[in-house]
Amino acid sequence: MRSEFVEFVDGSQAIARGALAAGCNFFAGYPITPASPILHHMIRELPKVGGVAIQGEDEISSIGMCIGAAMTGAKSMTATSGPGMSLYSENIGLAIMGEVPLVIVDVMRLGPATGGATTVGQGDVQFVRWGTSGGYPIIALCPTNPRECYDLTIQSFKLAERFRCPVFLLTDREVVATMSTIKIAEYQETAQSHDQAPIVEKSGDDAFVPYGINSPAEIPHLSPIGGPHLTRFTGSTHDELGFLTKDPDKVARLNQHLAAKIEARRDEIESVFSDLQQGATTLVVSYGITARSAIEAVHIARQQGKKVSYLVVYSLWPVPENAITRALNGIERVVVPELNLGQYCLELKRLANSASSSPRPDVIGVHRVDGELISPQQILEAIR
Amino acid sequence: MKAEYVTYRNESPYPFCPGCSHTLILDRLNAALGKLQLDPHKVVIVTDIGCSGLSDQYFKTNAFHGLHGRAITYASGMKLANPELKVIVIMGDGGCGIGGHHLLSAARRNIGISVLVLNNFNYGMTGGQHSVTTPHGGITSTTRLGNLERPLDIARTVAANGASYVVRTTAFDKELPNLIAEAILHEGFSLLDIWELCAAYYVPNNTLNRRTLEDLITRLEMRTGVIQKEERDEYARAYRKQTALQIGKPTLRSKSLEPHFKTGLDHPIRIVIAGAAGQKVVSTAALLGTGAVLSGLYATRRDDYPVTVMTGHSVSEVILSPEEIFYTGIEQPDLFLGLAPEGMKFSRRQFAALTERSTLYIRRDLLPIETRARTIPLDMGRVSKKEAAIVAVAAMLHHADLYPMPALQEAIRLKQRPEIAGETVRAIENSSKVIAFG
Repeated sequence: MRSEFVEFVDGSQAIARGALAAGCNFFAGYPITPASPILHHMIRELPKVGGVAIQGEDEISSIGMCIGAAMTGAKSMTATSGPGMSLYSENIGLAIMGEVPLVIVDVMRLGPATGGATTVGQGDVQFVRWGTSGGYPIIALCPTNPRECYDLTIQSFKLAERFRCPVFLLTDREVVATMSTIKIAEYQETAQSHDQAPIVEKSGDDAFVPYGINSPAEIPHLSPIGGPHLTRFTGSTHDELGFLTKDPDKVARLNQHLAAKIEARRDEIESVFSDLQQGATTLVVSYGITARSAIEAVHIARQQGKKVSYLVVYSLWPVPENAITRALNGIERVVVPELNLGQYCLELKRLANSASSSPRPDVIGVHRVDGELISPQQILEAIR
Repeated sequence: MKAEYVTYRNESPYPFCPGCSHTLILDRLNAALGKLQLDPHKVVIVTDIGCSGLSDQYFKTNAFHGLHGRAITYASGMKLANPELKVIVIMGDGGCGIGGHHLLSAARRNIGISVLVLNNFNYGMTGGQHSVTTPHGGITSTTRLGNLERPLDIARTVAANGASYVVRTTAFDKELPNLIAEAILHEGFSLLDIWELCAAYYVPNNTLNRRTLEDLITRLEMRTGVIQKEERDEYARAYRKQTALQIGKPTLRSKSLEPHFKTGLDHPIRIVIAGAAGQKVVSTAALLGTGAVLSGLYATRRDDYPVTVMTGHSVSEVILSPEEIFYTGIEQPDLFLGLAPEGMKFSRRQFAALTERSTLYIRRDLLPIETRARTIPLDMGRVSKKEAAIVAVAAMLHHADLYPMPALQEAIRLKQRPEIAGETVRAIENSSKVIAFG
């Protein structure tokens, strides 16, 4: 590692830097452990780029202000932890229905309610997926270290704008607060590569159709409120012009569209790191802070002469089914370590049940909810 | 003024019940906009939920229809992001109840949005239930024997909390177009509490009409007219004024380090620093890690401390390794620094895991203690509390020969302000003396 430029940094700083690199210019958040460091960074940094960062009177107003700002064309982000996610819930639905590009950082803590404010957990995995009424898809990315915090924050903004939907950056207390050594050259995303601009600035008449699409999977253009066109935003079931409707054809078209725009482009979102070993019959699938334990466990297992494959999932939602299905080929045992009582392992069970191989692989969850990290030793025991 | 915009209404007829005052108020809003001749592209009508929430659909301006009670939050976000916008919120008394906190906060900020409260004392869309403004004794579907609650005085509440333009009136006030226009032109937060009739529920249940509406205001001793009018800095502009000098300042960047010290460390070392609040354990652990990075090692630092940061334990776990570190937890420390009983207690499991191959550096006053680890007492003597951790870490560094002392000194100079760095470097100069030779 000598003579390479490195830094010693935590995830909260990497997330703030990623947001700045992505062009974020609006942030609203309410104090909550362990997400507050992100609020502090954004309050300090955004004025330097002419942006606005504000502490809302509560979580509901914080995400509400972000949604309002986003619809005027601002690149908006908010950050919270589990209890705040609960209060975001209804507005997450609004962002899905109104098609708002918005980045939501969830710094997970342990347990329900106040839970363990300063304790690591991964209990919000299914919560972010199903966190609002209606049951529509969202996108969630999950970094394992500060470098990925930076890269995936930028990617979150890209996807939020590309798909016009809330994108969750699912982190935890450890990923955000623990300092790690990062090689500067390993940062992959740069501000320059951020070239997606969904905002319509074309001049012309006022006949802008705010939710105009030609096919269910098409993503409507966004013209900012206050921009060149008159535009309408609504969280109610609406037609292409943004007016309330109960016309069954239009209602169906809207509701199918909200899912189809993501479903049809899973390939664009899918992001994993896979290290598959020829002849391996065990596959370790992990994400977030637990992936770091999993990688170490696999390294040890291989030193012991075992053949083990592993997959780190960065795009938790939608589930990267192609990559996982490929990795399941020839696998008899899938090990899924998580700091919860078994959430993503439900997805692995679903995919394992539809695997073509026979017999179908067993899915073994490795769980821990005592506030400690899952150790490599715990995973090694499950690898066998 | 050139009358470019004859109307801001579109062709759609209003959907409201016959006799509902919403129709009247929206016509007054249209008249106010016509009076002001605002560019509709720069106007956004933000609606809440309820019958009044339908209102935005009848105007040729920008429109934003959000969640119940939250209209003010979206309006605030839009104004903050684009202060040029004229942001008009239309909400009912129901929205003022569920979103009361937003009302107060917007008033306190004096954010430049205009709120029209269509106040008809009940929830018209959901079946005539009582709201925060239902008068005492009022009959609604959820106060069948008469409302026992006292009504919220919306106008005086926001006025008391800093709203800079506040009016209370009725839907029948001929001055309404002028009052609305004045509210829209007003720079700060403006609110019109407009009392009106719900023809479907509140009117038939309470024999209210245009005349008795005004009597009701008198009976409740809630005065009408301009309640408050003052000039105060509008928030979105005040924010820009306050932060103007920040623009262009360098933003958060990588604090790039180039490793240039050498170390012979060829295996991972797991260190627990178990101290107490005030000993600067966490920042010291960052210095220990930075020094390691400057010596070509990988490092991680995990912390734990109670939410009451100025009391109790303060523990950091640091791993130094020539190879990349994945798992950041420590089950079995190689080195354990015992600096305070609070930290020792918190880290008791890791302490119990110490073996003959581990080294325990511990303040002499915390001895005797039962352990299998090789025990090195630290004679901290006159070392101040805030320098306890860094002096102990420097002593450990010296004793265990993890990496060169100048790397730690450089880390201190990089991470601390010059005047503090000088003190810290001086403090660790004699750190080797805290370990007795023999």
